[in-house]
Amino acid sequence: MPALGADMEQGTLVEWLVKPGDQIHKGDIIAVVDTDKSAIEVESFHTGTVEALITPVGETVPVGTVLATITETEAEPARPGAAEAGRPGAVEAGVPAAMGAPAAAAAGPAAMGAGPAAVEAGRPAAAGAPKGKRAPGKRAPGRARPGRTPAPAGPAAPVHSTPLVRHEAGQLGVDLAAVHGTGRGGTITRADVEYAAASRRVRATPLARRLAAELGVDLGTVTGTGTGGAVREADVRRAAAAGAPAAQQPPAQPPAAAAAAGQAPHAGEAGRPATAGRAGTAGRAESMRQAIARLMARSKREIPHYYVTNTVDMGTAMSWLRERNRRLEVSQRLVPAALLLRATALAARQVPELNGYWGEDHFVPGPAVHLGVAISLRGGGLITPAIHHADDLAPGELMAKLRDLVNRARAGRLRSSEMTDATITVTNLGDQGVESVTGVIYPPQVALVGFGKIVERPWAVNGLLGIRPVVVTTLAADHRATDGYTGGRFLTAIAQLLQRPEEL
Amino acid sequence: MTPEQARQMIKDILREIAPDCDPDTLPGDADLRDSLELDSLDFLNFVEELAQRSGRRIDEDDYPKLATLASGAAFLAGS
Repeated sequence: MPALGADMEQGTLVEWLVKPGDQIHKGDIIAVVDTDKSAIEVESFHTGTVEALITPVGETVPVGTVLATITETEAEPARPGAAEAGRPGAVEAGVPAAMGAPAAAAAGPAAMGAGPAAVEAGRPAAAGAPKGKRAPGKRAPGRARPGRTPAPAGPAAPVHSTPLVRHEAGQLGVDLAAVHGTGRGGTITRADVEYAAASRRVRATPLARRLAAELGVDLGTVTGTGTGGAVREADVRRAAAAGAPAAQQPPAQPPAAAAAAGQAPHAGEAGRPATAGRAGTAGRAESMRQAIARLMARSKREIPHYYVTNTVDMGTAMSWLRERNRRLEVSQRLVPAALLLRATALAARQVPELNGYWGEDHFVPGPAVHLGVAISLRGGGLITPAIHHADDLAPGELMAKLRDLVNRARAGRLRSSEMTDATITVTNLGDQGVESVTGVIYPPQVALVGFGKIVERPWAVNGLLGIRPVVVTTLAADHRATDGYTGGRFLTAIAQLLQRPEEL
Repeated sequence: MTPEQARQMIKDILREIAPDCDPDTLPGDADLRDSLELDSLDFLNFVEELAQRSGRRIDEDDYPKLATLASGAAFLAGS
């Protein structure tokens, strides 16, 4: 069970997308895991063959538990006893590599999610057994598995497609048999499924999807009463009540620690009303609140924050944006947030001292600019997935990524790398109407950038007073890693970049 | 498109974008973004869907006309 964010302690395995014997590549999505915050698609850290699925669907396990074993392709056929050498790489072993030094570093006194994973990786694969769910002998990866038969094929089996595509089809309610494959040898690709889904989609609200997963209800069997037959929350509840044997539920969360509750992460971010009245989402909202409380309390306890602020003239940028959008279809238009994110990503490249992690006692530069974006969720709470290599994306691409990320975050379809890779995070509360936001750093990162609402203000330029759109930019940074001077350089870089929007 | 059809279209789209809210209970002159807590991306999704279903070009300058249920319906129903 990888640590999908520094605040994660345990996860529930919702779905396996592979079966023993499947060939997988690094980055393939192999499982869906439910965390306090959201359902996350877990990507493989290895290329190889799935050896065994250890954690059964529906089980909640701590971070660090071995989910499955994978025999790496390069490895020779495993011999009995090879497990002690730790060769068939447990999925877990990839976590520290993916998180880099900061993961290990995060396992300090107040170790959060990352700690156990790092520990786990140091052990031979078979040592993952302490949870005692299975006899250790049963999971020795090197042993021959006479009974290895392919898992029962789904209805779509005769059609060429990958597990991921089949999963996507299931999610979207697309019958693969009716889809025309455009891949090699008629293989159905993800794009084919999405195309088919766009024309004939079984609609379900994000809330209904999450609830269905929580209650173990198969969405395909639910009759929707919403617009166009969309499955709504009430439909799922009705189906669950009608006697579909619900999946095993984890025990109810203990009541929130009252002390922690006061510490909202980015003041006001939790402004969306929590759906406390709903039994299903209330549990999630509460556990998310607790996860945020733990992480933010840790941030304020361990990180000596310093803050710098700047007000940026957005006149040129807004005119440029208006002119650009005038010629474009709605789907191609940029929102100002895309420019702000783009400028932030480029500034992070210019001032790399703020892009990375705080290790044990020193700064560890990020491998690239992976821009975390704070996204508030309907129903309360927030999530901060990353846009990978944001500094290499043109504003249009960044905008497309942002829309995709927000939609998937709210639908509960984020990927594991998006949850763990961010090197610097942005919170943009402009849409909520506040003028500025001074954030709390997301450990183990060392900087958090805040943007307020773009507002018109009297503004002096060259001795003349005019009315200009301006935005307040703030930086909260870790004083262990940098000093205010560096923070100032960073905000100045953002301001200058925003004066030349055509070069962004 | 009649104003009533336009109003229905707007409500349908809002229901998909903000499934937790019920547009039927929304006063015609309430600000959509405020009352449904739509952020700029939600609103963009709303405009995109509206343009697609109505077949009508919607420019950024038209956005203020989509502020409420009543003004949006009038805008879509007008020529």
